[in-house]
Amino acid sequence: MKVVLQNLTKKFPARGKHVKDEVVAVNDFSFEIPNGKLVGLLGPSGCGKSTALNLLCGLLKPTSGRIYFGEDDVTDLPAENRGVGMVFQNYALYPHLTVMQNIVFPLENLKGKDKLSKEEMQKKAYQVAKLVQIDELMERKPGELSGGQQQRVAIARALVKMPRILLMDEPLSNLDARLRLQTREEIRRIQRETGITTVFVTHDQEEAMSISDVIVVMKAGVVQQTGRPQEVYDDPANLFVAKFLGTPPINVFQGKIREGRLCIGQDVLWKVKGIADQEVYVGIRPEGFVPDEEGTLCCRLHGVEVMGRDISLVSSHEAAQESQVRAIINAESKVDVAAEFVRFSLKPGKVFVFGRDTEERIYYELDQ
Amino acid sequence: MDKKSMKGWLYLLPAILFLGLFMVYPLIDVLIYSFEEGYNFASQTHFGIGWNNYSYVLRDPYFLQAVKNTFILVIFTVPVSTGIALLISVALSSIKRLRELFQTIYFLPYVTNTLAVGLVFMILFKKTPYTDGLANLIISWFGGSAIDFIGGPYWAKMFVLCFYTVWVVMPFKILVLTSALSSVNEEYYKAARVDGTSKLRVFTKITLPMISPMMFYLIITGFIGAFKAYSDAVALFGTDLNAAEMNTIVGYVYDMLYGNSGGYPSYASAAAIILFVIVLTITCINLLVSRKHVHY
Repeated sequence: MKVVLQNLTKKFPARGKHVKDEVVAVNDFSFEIPNGKLVGLLGPSGCGKSTALNLLCGLLKPTSGRIYFGEDDVTDLPAENRGVGMVFQNYALYPHLTVMQNIVFPLENLKGKDKLSKEEMQKKAYQVAKLVQIDELMERKPGELSGGQQQRVAIARALVKMPRILLMDEPLSNLDARLRLQTREEIRRIQRETGITTVFVTHDQEEAMSISDVIVVMKAGVVQQTGRPQEVYDDPANLFVAKFLGTPPINVFQGKIREGRLCIGQDVLWKVKGIADQEVYVGIRPEGFVPDEEGTLCCRLHGVEVMGRDISLVSSHEAAQESQVRAIINAESKVDVAAEFVRFSLKPGKVFVFGRDTEERIYYELDQ
Repeated sequence: MDKKSMKGWLYLLPAILFLGLFMVYPLIDVLIYSFEEGYNFASQTHFGIGWNNYSYVLRDPYFLQAVKNTFILVIFTVPVSTGIALLISVALSSIKRLRELFQTIYFLPYVTNTLAVGLVFMILFKKTPYTDGLANLIISWFGGSAIDFIGGPYWAKMFVLCFYTVWVVMPFKILVLTSALSSVNEEYYKAARVDGTSKLRVFTKITLPMISPMMFYLIITGFIGAFKAYSDAVALFGTDLNAAEMNTIVGYVYDMLYGNSGGYPSYASAAAIILFVIVLTITCINLLVSRKHVHY
């Protein structure tokens, strides 16, 4: 099911009496979710991603804008008539019901011609339980399950009525690190097998990058950028997106354009075409550094962290925003770890320039 | 005994002493009195030992009347008061405006003196040479004839007693149930809504099971409280409850000790033990039933 969000806006009334204090949780959100894709809504806490999810599911009504599932305008449909499945952050499994009873609960709600016999319900429940691999646990109560198993039950309950879209609110946040890796693969697999258009919300960029077909990066209610994870990573639209994606995070320097040269402090990186002289931010991905004695960027070296396949060089630069500049380099490259300074040459595709005031991306061409 | 457990016992000592002296010892004493025939406080003597006290009490028409009254009271007031309290609590938790005001109003009877409330009920129900009381006024609007609720037929008096008891125990139940209802996680309701659950089903399949431990607590304490009823009857019908046919088991025990016909500690003890056995049995049945229906 294709899902279209059209100029979706949600304002929450102010708690005080001043109208101007009202909170705009989602601001003019337009986006088209292609059929059968897994979409990650990504942003820091308080950015409106959960509100967006609640708007999709119908628990909240938008202040303005429309929502379409396929061709149907569902904006005014209440949650119960939208045919969405929702996995809540804390799973919201009914503690007094067994796994089986939890899974058939949505089916028992069906009325009229959709009403199912007991056998049909059980059959469907077993099918979906098999899909999420909990068919051995049907008689247990949620309290007797591990976090990962509860998560699967919650997914099964959301899937059993064959929803038009599946929504997940921070599906991995309650799991420990190992289980999280496993479960996110699991979610990917289940989504692929069912082909249900799925939207999930997360604040963890790694999570979103690793399994989403499309990510939507939000900040303060406004969509910053949408696209395939790799595209967004390689081509961030602004400083926020560049900083938000990637671990270790991008290194940001205060730089300037002077007479067609891109400079960080005293270091001239390279000649550029098509940008007027101005103050800028220069973002360099950790993997964009190449140790090179002839290199253009000179940093004071503090230490080396060996991570097996790669090494992480920790250094500093007076123009850097953070106290540390972190470069990830190949373990085979030769670096004199005892040296006071290290020089890098940079990979142009990993160096982004942003306006100092707007923080928007400034595109440039190298002038050889 | 090592030092650590010595210390523990030392801390427990005051409570153990008080409980032992004022709870455990009298309990055992009552049990002993109930088998000692014709025990006399003053001379500390008795004639013999046996089941005579029990057979006397169980054949005393006043006691049988008291048992009947108590059972009617229990069977009627516990379900009715719990049910109405549940309705009011659900209504209270589904409104936003004026909720605190209503909560306060519903809680007022709890902090009002029993005898003062009894007086108000007398005014509502009592028939005097000057007025028939408010209840009769309403009955006359609907074309009924005046009934003497306080000094009239048995069922009318029983009705007033039950009405009064329900009214008095309600505030506490509402208090407990509203807090139980508000502690149910909102996400369950959201999940149920997304799945298109009807309101009735949400109530019976989610809300009720979630608050079942509290419901159960209220039912057990309600049973015990109703079995112990006495002051309510006194507040409405005065101290001579046997004459009014409105005595309760606890009232009978009191009368046997201190009432006009008093001075029979042995009979009083036997009646008290019978009450204890009844309450114990009912509570055990409650516990057994609750295993099946209370979650967690």
